[in-house]
Amino acid sequence: MNNIRGIYTIWYRDMLRFWHDRIRLVGAVSLPLLFLFVFGSGFAPIMGNLGGGVNFAQFIFPGIIGMTVLMSSFMAGISVVWDREFGFLKEVLVAPINRASVAMGKTLGAATVAMIQGSIIMLFAPVIDVKLSVNTAAFMLPMMLLLAITMGAFGVLLATRIKSMEAFQVITQMLMFPMVFLSGVFVPLNQAPSWLRGMTIVNPATYGITSIRQIVLGDLEGAVYGIDLFGTTMSIWNNIGMLAVIGTALILLAMWSFRNQE
Amino acid sequence: MSDYIIEVKNLVKKYDDLVAVDHIDFKVSQGELFGFLGPNGAGKTTTINILCTLSKPTSGEANVNGFDVVRQQNQVRQSIGLVFQDPSLDERLSGLQNLRFHAMVYNVPASVREKRIEEVLRLTQLWNKRKNDVRTYSGGMKRRLELARGLLHYPKVLFLDEPTIGLDPQTRNRLWEYILELKRQEGTTIFLTTHYMDEADKAERIAIMDYGKIVAMDSPANLKRRIGKDIVTVKTDDNNRAADEIKERYQIETRRDDDELIFAVEHGEKFLPRFIREFGTKILSVSLRNPSLDDVFLNLTGREMREEGVSSSFKAMVRQHGRRMRR
Repeated sequence: MNNIRGIYTIWYRDMLRFWHDRIRLVGAVSLPLLFLFVFGSGFAPIMGNLGGGVNFAQFIFPGIIGMTVLMSSFMAGISVVWDREFGFLKEVLVAPINRASVAMGKTLGAATVAMIQGSIIMLFAPVIDVKLSVNTAAFMLPMMLLLAITMGAFGVLLATRIKSMEAFQVITQMLMFPMVFLSGVFVPLNQAPSWLRGMTIVNPATYGITSIRQIVLGDLEGAVYGIDLFGTTMSIWNNIGMLAVIGTALILLAMWSFRNQE
Repeated sequence: MSDYIIEVKNLVKKYDDLVAVDHIDFKVSQGELFGFLGPNGAGKTTTINILCTLSKPTSGEANVNGFDVVRQQNQVRQSIGLVFQDPSLDERLSGLQNLRFHAMVYNVPASVREKRIEEVLRLTQLWNKRKNDVRTYSGGMKRRLELARGLLHYPKVLFLDEPTIGLDPQTRNRLWEYILELKRQEGTTIFLTTHYMDEADKAERIAIMDYGKIVAMDSPANLKRRIGKDIVTVKTDDNNRAADEIKERYQIETRRDDDELIFAVEHGEKFLPRFIREFGTKILSVSLRNPSLDDVFLNLTGREMREEGVSSSFKAMVRQHGRRMRR
């Protein structure tokens, strides 16, 4: 009970802050939208058909949703580092709540915000001619949450070890861009050379981005967009399973690491 | 259960080769205002961090409100309130939101929550500003809010770690009014660390810390009485000659502070007229005072606690600033 209260309180503060700075939402979704419309629509004629009968903008649309969720949820880590810089983390660390639940609350807080941002991007589906049914949209919410929790936990885990703001930003940049580009946000992975494919399958984001694409573009079996892992084409359930395993491992690590920091 | 709210036995904290806290023992009674006095780096904050479960002791034992600080962390945390040396507020939220967050994590029952928040906000005179963002508060207001927050969950002990560092003298005095008022109203035990003598003077009992050890522990009055002498400050037209003369005539060592000579004598009020009458070097000014805690510290360690006056508050400011720059 004490733990649930801890998780809820930490999450609640993130929601308060999110609401307080809600104008930031505009900034958070404008970059992905810029990608989608300028990059996606602009390059569509050059890229041609990418399989499955979709144009480039339609192809990257689910990728952009995933990227938004990924980058936003990773902020859980920055927010921990930020709280440490400004001293607020001390208030949390001396509070009579379990530290593992603090890590959990931080992850869930950032994941919730990430899900909201991803949903906003999702609303632009009609603009680029992607049809989303109510069922598809409903499927997307837990999917985005799973990706967000995985990435959020990763961010919190890093934040327990990398304590300075500057170092954390450098590490974030170093991890974020390869993670985004090697997850198939902008290009189909199954046409990539094998050495590159090797890098994509160790990237946890790949399973989230691919799942989202499979849901949004209606390819649950993975016939068109599925990735190959050890010779089998991954269906959405395989991908979700993979992501869930990685996510669980990361959140457990993050909670353990948060508990053991001084 | 014992009568003491804080009990520390043989406490040690080592960082690699540095011994920050070196086998200290002390006890604090319920309702006491207990002060930890010492120069920067003496181990005061390390001790507080151990007592409030932020850091683990290398060896030894510490109990707060009857709970062990290593094995019963949550119970200890629930029993204490804290005002840290550095700010620890969420500046993006309002004062009220900061307090509500605190009430929630400390499990203040919902039925009394709002009433209690109003109480502490009125005590620290922040009620009218409660809805403003904390980042718009002045330094003194932020401190007061932290004080209010530290009290919110009816802690048994309130830890104040250099609560007035970096504040101007007026704000310091105001803050002390609040601290003494809340001690009167709530009967909370207060554990204070400071390197300001005048603040330590307000404590009922103080422990003087130096290089990780407690070198003396008593009431401020008793500590000063222990010196048993009065302090003479004299300014002459030739301080070197005067110092020699004092040594020769009275067998007393003097110490130089800027352009003044300072020395301690017994029965100062009888000594002074004789001194002025018979002293050979020309005296420009002379004053007599009772020993201060600074003299106590000097007497115990042979060093000065810190530089007095404007220069030291300037240094504190630079230090504060430097700390921020390093972030």
